[in-house]
Amino acid sequence: MKWTVLGLLAFVALLASVMLGPAAVPLAQLAHSDIVWNLRAPRAVLAFLVGGSLGVAGAALQALVRNPLADPFLLGLSGGAGLGAVLAIALHVSGPWALPIAAFAGALAALGLVYRLGLIGGAALDPRILLLGGVAIGAFAAAITTAIVSLANAAELRNTFLWLWGGLSGASWDAVLLVALYAPIPLAVLLAAARPLDLLALGEEPARYLGADVEAVKRRVYLAASLLTAAAVAVSGVIGFVGLVVPHIARLTWGHRHRALLPAAFLGGGALLAFADTLARTVVAPRELPVGVVTALIGVPVFAFLLRRWTIA
Amino acid sequence: MLRLDGVSYRYPGASRDALTDVSLSVGLGEFHAVLGPNGSGKTTLVRIALGALPPLVGSADIDRRPASMWPRQDLAKLVGVVPQREDNLFPQRVRETVLLGRYPHLSLWGRERPEDHAAVDRALAACDARHLADRWVWTLSGGEYQRVRVARALAQEPKLLVLDEPGISLDLKHEMELFELVRGLVERQGLGVLMITHDLNLAARFADSLLLLEGGRPIASGAPAEVLTQQTVETVFSWPVAMQTIEGRPQMIPLRKPKESQA
Repeated sequence: MKWTVLGLLAFVALLASVMLGPAAVPLAQLAHSDIVWNLRAPRAVLAFLVGGSLGVAGAALQALVRNPLADPFLLGLSGGAGLGAVLAIALHVSGPWALPIAAFAGALAALGLVYRLGLIGGAALDPRILLLGGVAIGAFAAAITTAIVSLANAAELRNTFLWLWGGLSGASWDAVLLVALYAPIPLAVLLAAARPLDLLALGEEPARYLGADVEAVKRRVYLAASLLTAAAVAVSGVIGFVGLVVPHIARLTWGHRHRALLPAAFLGGGALLAFADTLARTVVAPRELPVGVVTALIGVPVFAFLLRRWTIA
Repeated sequence: MLRLDGVSYRYPGASRDALTDVSLSVGLGEFHAVLGPNGSGKTTLVRIALGALPPLVGSADIDRRPASMWPRQDLAKLVGVVPQREDNLFPQRVRETVLLGRYPHLSLWGRERPEDHAAVDRALAACDARHLADRWVWTLSGGEYQRVRVARALAQEPKLLVLDEPGISLDLKHEMELFELVRGLVERQGLGVLMITHDLNLAARFADSLLLLEGGRPIASGAPAEVLTQQTVETVFSWPVAMQTIEGRPQMIPLRKPKESQA
C-alpha cells in the first residue's frame, strides 16, 4: 500500500514536470513536442535521479555519523564543489562540461581531505570527526571561494554562484545518461550495506559482534554516499534539504531498516526534487527560481517541525 | 571452544600492561565468570577473546582459530555477545532488535526466511520475553531490556555466549532471574558462557569456574571455593570481608571497618 502510494507520487511528479511549464503544450502533442522531449523530459529525469541519489546518500550518512539530522552537504562537498567551479571560471577554463567537471573535482578534493581527517591513526574511521572535518573543510573552501569572487568581481562569477545554488536548467540527455551510468554503482554499494547500517545504529562494538565488518562498512558507506553527492552537485549544484528531509519522512513511514528505507528514500527524493523543479520553473515564469531555493522553502519548515518533534520525543 | 593462552596486552601509549599472562578456557556446557575490581582488565580480556583486539603476547583462539582472524559474520554465528553498552540511534521494537541477531545468517541480498522468524520466536521464548515482542525497546524496564538483549544473542544461535556486566543496574529479582536464565541456557542448551561481572556472590553461586583479575594479572582461577577465600578477596578488593558458605558456594560479606581505622 505505502509502496503503491509512493510509486504513484513519483509517477505524478514526473508527469507534472513533463506537462507543466511556461510554454503551453497541448496534451495531444505531448509526445511529439520538442520542448517536452529536449527540455522538460531530460530535466524531469535528471531531477528525479539527483533527488533520489541525495535521498539515499542522506539516509546512509545519517546512520553513519549517528546523527539523524545530518545532510549529505554537511560533509564539506558543497564547499569543495563551489571552489572548483569558481576556480574554473577565474582561470578561464571553458567548454560545455567545464563547470560540472571542475565542481566534481572540487567535491572529490574535499571528500579526500575530509576522509583523511576522519582516519584517526590511519586505521579507524571516526564518523564524528568526519562530520566536524566536513564542516571545517566546507567553511575553508567557502572562504577561499568568497575571496576569489570578491577579488575577481566579474559578472560571470555571479552566474557561478547562481549555478552552484541549484539549477537543473543545464539538463540534457547527455547529463541524464552520465548520471544513469554513474549513480547505480554507489547506490548498489549502499544497498548492499543496508543490514550492516542497521547494526551500526546500535554502536560500533555491538555491530561488530553481530557480524558487521565495521571499518569496511564505514569506509564504503562514506565513500559511496559522498560520490553520489559529488555527482549530484556537479550536474545540478547544491540542492539542500532533500537529503535531510526525505530520509526523515521515509523513516516515519518505513521505519529504520535500511533495506526498505533506502529504496523509499530514492523514490521519495526523486519525487520531491522533480516536483520542486517544476515549481521552480513555473511559479515566476518566464523567469526561474534556483531549485535549491524551492527545496529550502519546502524543507526548512518541515525540518523545523521534525526538529521539534525529535527534541520533544 | 574459547581459549586464551598466556595473553598480555598493553594499549598504545599506556605505561603498564592492561593484561599480563592471562589464560582461560571455556568449553561447551561450562559457565565461566571473570571477576575483578574496576580497571582490572576484564573488558580488555573480552575484547581480546572476541578478536576485537589482537593479543601482543600469547594467543586467543575460538574453535582453534585465532579470534582476530575470524570473518566477523562467521564468528557471529558461533559467538553471541551481550555488550556492556549500546544505544539505539533509532526507536525499535523488540522483535526488530532480536531479528538483528539473525543478520549473520542472512545472505547479502536475501530476505529473512521463515526459519529466521522461528529462531527469533525461540529466542524470545527462552528468555521469557515473548509477550514483549511488540513493545518499543525504549519502554522496557532494565530487566526486560537485558532479557531482550540476551534473546538477540540467542537468535544468533551461537555455541558460546559472552556477557559483559549484564547485571549492572538491575534490582535483586531481575538480577537473579538473569543469572537463572543464563545458568539454564548452559544446562539445557549446552552453551558455553563467559561472563564479566563484579558481583562476586552471584558469580560464585552460578558459575562453574571463576577467574579473578587484579591490575591485569590473574590472581586466582578455578572452582568458586578455591578462588573466593577471605584472604584473596581482601587483598584484591582492599576491604575486610567475612566468608560464609550457602548452598555449597562461598559467599562474601563486606565488613564495616573498625572505628579507630576510620579516623
